Amino acid sequence: MDSFFKDLRSEFPILSRKIYGKDLVYLDNGATTQKPRRVVEKIENGYYYSNANIHRGVHYLSQRATEAHEAARERVGRFINADSASEIIFTRGTTESINLVAFSFGEAFCKEGDEIVVSVMEHHSNIVPWQMLCERKKMSLKVIPMNDRGEILLDEYKALLNPKVRLVAITHVSNVIGTINPVKEMIALAHAAGIKVLVDGAQSVPHIRLDVKAIDADFLAFSGHKIYGPTGIGVLYGKAELLNQIPPYQGGGEMIDQVHFEKTTYNVLPYKFEAGTPDFIGSIALSEALDFVDEIGIERIEAYEKSLLEYATMELMKIDGMRIIGTAADKSAVLSFLLGNIHPFDVGTLLDHLGIAVRIGHHCAQPLIERLGIDGTVRASFALYNTFEEVDVLVKALKRIQTMF
Amino acid sequence: MTINEIQDEIIEEFEVFDDWMDKYQLLIDIGNSLEPLDEQYKTPQLQIEGCQSRVWVHAALVDGKVVLQAESDTVIVKGIVMLLLRVLSGRTPQQILDTDLYFIERIGLKDHLSPTRSNGLVSMVKQIRNYALAFKLTAP
Repeated sequence: MDSFFKDLRSEFPILSRKIYGKDLVYLDNGATTQKPRRVVEKIENGYYYSNANIHRGVHYLSQRATEAHEAARERVGRFINADSASEIIFTRGTTESINLVAFSFGEAFCKEGDEIVVSVMEHHSNIVPWQMLCERKKMSLKVIPMNDRGEILLDEYKALLNPKVRLVAITHVSNVIGTINPVKEMIALAHAAGIKVLVDGAQSVPHIRLDVKAIDADFLAFSGHKIYGPTGIGVLYGKAELLNQIPPYQGGGEMIDQVHFEKTTYNVLPYKFEAGTPDFIGSIALSEALDFVDEIGIERIEAYEKSLLEYATMELMKIDGMRIIGTAADKSAVLSFLLGNIHPFDVGTLLDHLGIAVRIGHHCAQPLIERLGIDGTVRASFALYNTFEEVDVLVKALKRIQTMF
Repeated sequence: MTINEIQDEIIEEFEVFDDWMDKYQLLIDIGNSLEPLDEQYKTPQLQIEGCQSRVWVHAALVDGKVVLQAESDTVIVKGIVMLLLRVLSGRTPQQILDTDLYFIERIGLKDHLSPTRSNGLVSMVKQIRNYALAFKLTAP
């Protein structure tokens, strides 16, 4: 299985780069993944040979571009098992998807005194939009706590589900500690209390199977660039019945039916939420990335990345003074750690000079870092092109760094 | 020694290493030798903006000279701070304002620290210059 994934590396030109004269070991996939040639070629060919604005031209190129964009929407829908492509809204990324829901759902369903529930391990992009909503509507934000291993406390969660709660916004996988949250169970509990749920799938959709029908998510947000696709495009999935009940997020072209100064009527789903010219090149490149993932098989990717995580965890634990941050029973391939008392900045800077790209700091999840009682972590996050040898390089580098202090 | 003699001395100390890890080793050793800053100075007011790590710089005017003290929670940044102090601490406000800090570029610190980190370095230098300017303007 290892050799199958290793062979895929040649599809990613950047992986053969040298950094400060060392082979690049790219372990910052939680931030963004590298792109296979076929995805970049889609972008290039799109601009060279197929570029035309969609949904409005009578001419040949515009019609082909429209078809390709709408086919990409269907592709995304199939990938997450949505009922219909009209439930797929293209956005700029997870952040915009969440902001859209925070605004539009908030306008339709939230009022003073209501509550929104998030967890302590959310990325800032699944905290701040809700804080803004709470401020706007005089609502309050409630936080689901976790234990020291980084697992959601389900009893505490249940206790938060009261009639004032309008929505639960929960990450599927923590971008810092890799915890896979039991979203299916959490959604069932929320639904039993009549509460809607948004799942932040930014860190899960590229790595584990996410079937919106199986978990019964009301909303799902994720980004293209974290799943081998281009930057600047993301997805919001929403159940059609809900999307139909909430107002548009932005106004402009594309999202309208009729515009008159007396009264404007809005377009149908999904166009109601896509004001302005959409990223129709990005969408077809994202579709290509999803083809790439599907051809390998997400279950196969999940199994391989899990074996990488287990190996990396085991090898890192052998280093004196190593502290793994986040030891949930169910984890995705995100590994946060602290090397003795050495500051993450120092570790990250030195790893960089050894060709190893990791992320350090609070990873846009300050409340989580605070809860853990630390200043930050070093984070290695894996993707399908990472290898066991790269884990060995990381371990060797960490041992060397340790001797320098 | 003059400011530039010290800058040249630092450049020489770093020049003997061609491997980056050795240069960092030197920076770490220098950082480890930095005296800890008095806890009372580790305040938000003395913390430098624009750094990935926390850095505090305290300045006092003693007999017409700017005495700098600083600390960071990371050893590499401590090393950088220590070099800045070696060059600039104990100089008059005017000397600090007139100094061209060419050693930073010559030992490769600017190139080899990423833009955000480099901005931290820039912020540190700017803060020290601001202290010098303030002392110059308020000096009798």
